[in-house]
Amino acid sequence: MSANRFVYVTYIRTTPEKLWQALTAPEFTRQYWAGCWFDADWREGGGWKLMIPDGRIGDAGEVLEIDPPRRLVLRWKNVFLPGLRDEPATRCTITLEPVGASVRLMLEHETELARSPLLDSLSQGWPHLLASVKSLLETGEPLEVTRHWPEGI
Amino acid sequence: MDEVFKALADASRRALLDSLHARNGQSLSELCAGLQLTRQAVAKHLAVLEQANLVAVLWRGREKLHFLNPVPIHEIAERWLGKYERHRLRLLAQLKQRLEAAEGGTEE
Repeated sequence: MSANRFVYVTYIRTTPEKLWQALTAPEFTRQYWAGCWFDADWREGGGWKLMIPDGRIGDAGEVLEIDPPRRLVLRWKNVFLPGLRDEPATRCTITLEPVGASVRLMLEHETELARSPLLDSLSQGWPHLLASVKSLLETGEPLEVTRHWPEGI
Repeated sequence: MDEVFKALADASRRALLDSLHARNGQSLSELCAGLQLTRQAVAKHLAVLEQANLVAVLWRGREKLHFLNPVPIHEIAERWLGKYERHRLRLLAQLKQRLEAAEGGTEE
């Protein structure tokens, strides 16, 4: 079993509780995730959908593990993009760990496919979102690039 | 941010990042295979990269796997590049690549 994965780490000056809320609560994700929000049943086995501002479902899956504000594991499928939505589900693991006055956020995203356009696409998107949620929590402002849903997608 | 620039100011460490960019999730032994450096030197360079958060580490059983972490470089780019500039810079980079390829140059 040779999983294909990427691992991103960022340090954010905040508390695990605030970061957890910023990653899951609609009023926060709407600010830095291009207007998107989670329609989710946040418990083990619960379903989640990432809603696009125009009402479409962007991505979806199940909650595999949840331990707020420390660990969240999601089964993650694309729903709306032709070419990506037929791929088998990926797995996203988010771990929060307090380090001094900051929180270390580790994001691991993996698939069983050796070649995965979905994982490539996610690996491009996450750095923007991580930088933007960091900016939101540390300065009160998300990054300009991630504020609005891109036109024509 | 100082740590990121210091970590990047070394050709061997940049070669290690290139190697992870080509193939993510390598062990120390795998990373050593591609470089003319001792295992100790590679381990030391990896520790600097990890300290600067340019490399993230995952344990898989007894094996330590190394992953390129682009987040600090992304934060640097966000700090100095506006979104319109980024688009123009990408076009310029493409133009440079195309012109240099047309000249038959072999350098990048």
